[in-house]
Amino acid sequence: MSKVYHRILQIVGNVIAVEAEGVAYNELAEVTGKFGSSLAQVIRLQDKRVYLQVFAGSRGIGTGDEVRFLGHEMQVSSSDDLLGRIFNGRGAARDNRSPVTDSLIDIGGPSVNPARRVIPRNMIRTGIPMIDVFNTLVESQKLPIFSVAGEPYNELLARIALQAEVDVIVLGGMGLKYDDYLYFRNTLDRHGALSRTVMFVHTASDPVVECLMVPDMSLAVAESYALRGKRVLVLLTDMTNFADALKEIAITMEQIPSNRGYPGDLYSQLAARYEKAVDFEGAGSITILAATTMPGDDVTHPIPDNTGYITEGQFYLRRGRIEPFGSLSRLKQQVNGKTRPDHRAIMDAMIRLYADYKSTQEKMSMGFSMSDWDRKLLSYGALFETRMMDLSVNIPLEAALDLGWQTLAECFAPEEVGIKSDLVREYWPQA
Amino acid sequence: MPDKKGRIVGVNGNMLTAEFDTGVTQNEVAYVLTGGERLKCEVIRVRGTRADMQIFESANGIRVGDAVEFTDELLSVELGPGLLTSVFDGLQNPLNVLAEESGFFLKRGVYLNALDREKVWHFEPLAGVGSNCVAGDRIGYVNEGIFKHYIMVPLAWRGNWRLTAVTAAGDYRVDDVMAEAENEDGERRQITMVQQWPVKIPIRDYAEKLLPEEPLVTQTRSIDTFFPVARGGTFCTPGPFGAGKTVLQHSISQNAEADVVVVAACGERAGEVVEILREYPHLADPRTGRSLMDRSIIICNTSSMPVAAREASVYTAVTLAEYYRQMGLNTLLLADSTSRWAQALREMSGRLEEIPGEEAFPAYLESLIAAFYERAGLVRLRTGETASVTIGGAVSPAGGNFEEPVTQATLKVVGCFLGLSRSRSDARRYPAIDPLDSWSKYRGLADASDMDTAREILHRGSEVSQMMNVVGEEGTSLDDFVVYLKSEFLDYAYLQQNTFDAVDGACGRERQLILFRQVLEVLRSEFSFADKGAARSWFLQLRQLFLDWNYLETESAEFAEQQQAILNKIAECRCHE
Repeated sequence: MSKVYHRILQIVGNVIAVEAEGVAYNELAEVTGKFGSSLAQVIRLQDKRVYLQVFAGSRGIGTGDEVRFLGHEMQVSSSDDLLGRIFNGRGAARDNRSPVTDSLIDIGGPSVNPARRVIPRNMIRTGIPMIDVFNTLVESQKLPIFSVAGEPYNELLARIALQAEVDVIVLGGMGLKYDDYLYFRNTLDRHGALSRTVMFVHTASDPVVECLMVPDMSLAVAESYALRGKRVLVLLTDMTNFADALKEIAITMEQIPSNRGYPGDLYSQLAARYEKAVDFEGAGSITILAATTMPGDDVTHPIPDNTGYITEGQFYLRRGRIEPFGSLSRLKQQVNGKTRPDHRAIMDAMIRLYADYKSTQEKMSMGFSMSDWDRKLLSYGALFETRMMDLSVNIPLEAALDLGWQTLAECFAPEEVGIKSDLVREYWPQA
Repeated sequence: MPDKKGRIVGVNGNMLTAEFDTGVTQNEVAYVLTGGERLKCEVIRVRGTRADMQIFESANGIRVGDAVEFTDELLSVELGPGLLTSVFDGLQNPLNVLAEESGFFLKRGVYLNALDREKVWHFEPLAGVGSNCVAGDRIGYVNEGIFKHYIMVPLAWRGNWRLTAVTAAGDYRVDDVMAEAENEDGERRQITMVQQWPVKIPIRDYAEKLLPEEPLVTQTRSIDTFFPVARGGTFCTPGPFGAGKTVLQHSISQNAEADVVVVAACGERAGEVVEILREYPHLADPRTGRSLMDRSIIICNTSSMPVAAREASVYTAVTLAEYYRQMGLNTLLLADSTSRWAQALREMSGRLEEIPGEEAFPAYLESLIAAFYERAGLVRLRTGETASVTIGGAVSPAGGNFEEPVTQATLKVVGCFLGLSRSRSDARRYPAIDPLDSWSKYRGLADASDMDTAREILHRGSEVSQMMNVVGEEGTSLDDFVVYLKSEFLDYAYLQQNTFDAVDGACGRERQLILFRQVLEVLRSEFSFADKGAARSWFLQLRQLFLDWNYLETESAEFAEQQQAILNKIAECRCHE
């Protein structure tokens, strides 16, 4: 008993308006015309007028096209058949296989009651010392990788996905270059991980409104798997494209922009997605890793800035390495006290000394003479970069900690590293 | 309830427009009836026969034509025994009870009583039949944990009343009638343990407001010694993300010497609240030995919960803090983060298509922020007791830039500014309170002259450090270099503090004074060194002794031994006159 309307009153950007009655906010409609049909979503009601954003864009839509309201919100299947499948931003199959339409659930569901959340407690081992030692990844964490175009952030995401011990991987690609999409698909396939992966991919050439759906689709699927006891890792790349799509729609809707054209609710919009990361007591969990490319390498740009306030830390990827400064895992305190007694001390001391190394390096580049202490720092800094920061290093946490002590002992005397004396006594390598 | 009705004519995100039949009141609560659900809204603008309302829930599924009920009441909270230990959302729904009813997710349209209706309290009357009273007068009390929770004549009542009945001592539920009263016009009303108060209006039932002078000890050294917070004062902690705002707020909420702590997690990460929810019940309040939860109320409206309720949550929190001040208690409200609250205002202002101010924040942002912080204060109650509400707000400036409107508006009205800096947190110098930029108008634990010495060292040390960046270490005199080392020593040995260590994390008044005096002795002493290398290495050794000292309990024998070791170390290089 769907209602059909034939008079489109307004077409502005990707938003159309019709006069209709009994339409619910956020409801879906199907717009059919001579250039094909597309889904559309209600984004505003004003008296009899209904505004819809058209997923495929408004190009080719005629004022006499048919608008049929479907009576439900955007939905996605939550069935187990999704594994190994690839979909586009509106949930249609992208891999030339049959569509999956059973066990449909609404996307963008309500948030989890904070009283039912548990404190994150499980470390996710990645084999990357800059993560495991210095900024430990924790199950149910939400963490962006701040990077710039050209950095290997997708490679890093793929590597973490393959090495992390999770049951299901959900990949949400937004504005992905076709090459990157193929890279993810092939890499996951080559390592035998495709069969536990669901992909929602919006490529750069797809309609921009579909990009907006990708995080909600991915997270709704992740949530349904997590509720069934699975540990799910969600990879979102690139959230900057998502935010830009939000901006586009907001401007079309004549909303007052707050900062560099982005809508005032950018923070809430991003938070609604990232906050889906959760550890369900008695069921599974959702961990979110997202790539955020910083326009102009500027962390104060509204997208990375708002993201940083929402997520539980961030990794900076610069020149192919995870930067020790600025990179932060807020949840590391939950797990790094339980790994090895020296974990926190090594973590703090090595970073502090590396910061000193950086300032010594500055001094050196300005031509000042180097003291003994400066020379120690210089040799330490070089070792730190090759042994810890290089992304090709792939060693377990314990080996990385031992390597840390060894590095400190090679460069410094015990009292110079600022570590509690009892730990130094226990772990300082004996000559 | 008055029968005021209307219907929806527009939906735009979380702003609804309703056409009403008879009349509406600005800021009154209304409900939208849609698909069997009853969704709470607040009227925020009236034009002609149409009212714009912000909805405290998701607007999905609302249709034009849906019925609206207006309640004629302002957005209010329930006040009464049982608030302590509770966890509420921004509209005072008890989240634990909600979880029992609707599971993992927050079901929309479910509104529950804030206070447990079944719990029994032992009531002791204080007032007698026939006594004259006004709003706020104490009728009796119940024991809520270690506090006397006074049952009062509801604060919203106007005029003079005479008690016509007072219930005898005994065990009652919150809805039971504790007293009856009659006013001059012969109107009769009942007094239960529960009363309502509109959250956006301050509770002003006190004799006078006093100047905040006593420090509120937070057990964080850099605050109490350098940038003290006063009981009844206000402070703000702006900082870029990752600088440790939330860790600092948690540390203050655990260790501050307040009777009641209200934590408002406003538009921030849910995970951070969970730490409080799960850990506080197991942490002991060192002053009372009871669980920290016993003195806490948690309001959490995290970032993914509806935005309009986020705006309400800071008001809910401050109202609860004010209510416990009426009991003669010192309460502390920690709001994290006020920027999210300001953003909620901005979102709504944008939907209302108001002319935007700076960064699209509404023009009235400053006056709202000022009005919020002005709800703090040290007061003398009509009973003669002094009691206080202290407000500490975290600010999350966009891009970490303190020039932005929310930080600036906050700085105008607070008494203490604890600026967190990215460069300090990058160097893992926690707490990252910038010792050069921060300020406080309140009096601290240490003597003013001692503070001058310490500040002087920090300033000169920073100057020398900047100079060294230009002329290098070799171009710096040994004397200047020692000043630099002293400032670094002060930073490492005193300003930096390990929040996660049980001993170092909570540094009480006495301990702070012992440590500070010892640090001062180093700062004030003249030392002689052969060269800069010797000076650096001696200061590193001294620093190590202080670091280890910071982890030892004040009463332990090791603490005294370590202090002796420090004194010996100082004697090694000190010049003798």
